[in-house]
Amino acid sequence: MRNARFAVFGLVAVFGLAAPPLSARADDVADGQKLALDRAKGNCLACHTLKGGDAPSSVGRELADMKRRFPRRADLVEILTDEAMRNPLAPMPRFGRNHVLTPAEIEEIIDFLYTL
Amino acid sequence: MITTKPRHARAILRIAACVLLLAAPARASEASADKPNPEMDRKAFQAFFFAKFPRVAKDEFGNGPYAVNEGVRKQWKEIMEFPPYEFALDDGKAEWVKPFANGKHYADCFDNKGEGVRQTYPRFIRETGQVETLEGAINRCRVENGEKPLEPMTGLMASLTAVMAESSQGKPFAITIPDDPRALNAYERGKEFFYTRKGQLGVSCASCHMSPAGERMRGDILAPALGILAAMPIYRSDWGAMGTTIRRISTCSSQTRAVPLAADDEDYRNLEYFLSYMSNGIPIVGPGTRP
Repeated sequence: MRNARFAVFGLVAVFGLAAPPLSARADDVADGQKLALDRAKGNCLACHTLKGGDAPSSVGRELADMKRRFPRRADLVEILTDEAMRNPLAPMPRFGRNHVLTPAEIEEIIDFLYTL
Repeated sequence: MITTKPRHARAILRIAACVLLLAAPARASEASADKPNPEMDRKAFQAFFFAKFPRVAKDEFGNGPYAVNEGVRKQWKEIMEFPPYEFALDDGKAEWVKPFANGKHYADCFDNKGEGVRQTYPRFIRETGQVETLEGAINRCRVENGEKPLEPMTGLMASLTAVMAESSQGKPFAITIPDDPRALNAYERGKEFFYTRKGQLGVSCASCHMSPAGERMRGDILAPALGILAAMPIYRSDWGAMGTTIRRISTCSSQTRAVPLAADDEDYRNLEYFLSYMSNGIPIVGPGTRP
């Protein structure tokens, strides 16, 4: 009985220490920026201007002031997953739906977008 | 003789009236909803672009990005002092007058010896029930005269279509859809292709060439769909070479992460048929040059 309790306690401690800290934010933001600028991934500069980018694209709106414009994170998730579902005329590629980006990558990109 | 009481007669009349009233609207909507109306489509398509670009003259739409953006138009005018497609025109004219092994010429395969006819392509061919593009017609001419078909995207094919385009400069697109259900079907399928999202990016031709026309995608200006084939074939700086309509369309397939279809695929031919018909009235400006 005591051995089992020790075992459980031991496992919890090990996993507790191994768990990532709650805010891996800086990493996520950096990864998100890389994904956003990667032509094979988000390729956001193809259509949007954003701080740190060098393309004069105007198909989509400038990605700025994001926290104020998109207070609901779930909206950005929808837009990056499948904006065509919300707006049938949208030129936005169907990133999540068509597996150009994974759900985790979408989250990282949003972390980056919220710094703009 | 059967007589019916007046009450029953009124009931029967009411039922008959209801049946007729219910059936009539269904037939009317069937007539308008199911039968394609290319002319109605074309007027709406052109009205959309004329409203979107009120300062662009109708005759300018064949110049695509240069029609809708002053900045790139200036660069284009400079390039056009020495048109980069001149070599293709020279090659095309030399090839055009060379006889086939059997003594015939390209001119023998076309109306008016092939001069001033480019604006009527693609055509619906009743014998095959298929749409034939200009490149298809050139290759059919070759094959029927014992020659091998040309690779349809560049090289000699682009040179020949450049010559035919030049002889049609200023002539408005004049695509016909004969009163043949197969022709109407080809048109409808081309229209569907234009508006259907496809490829891993899940975008349609319309996604970029309708509402976002005139906007910048990195360094490029998106061309309006109206007149988008009027400058074909083009010398594209990005290729450093000439390319026919099908070269550009299949490149676009790749860029939207779709697997390009075969060059003579029916879907591409129907798309070209639809796009060209939408541009009826817009003058040919080809051959052209693009970034």
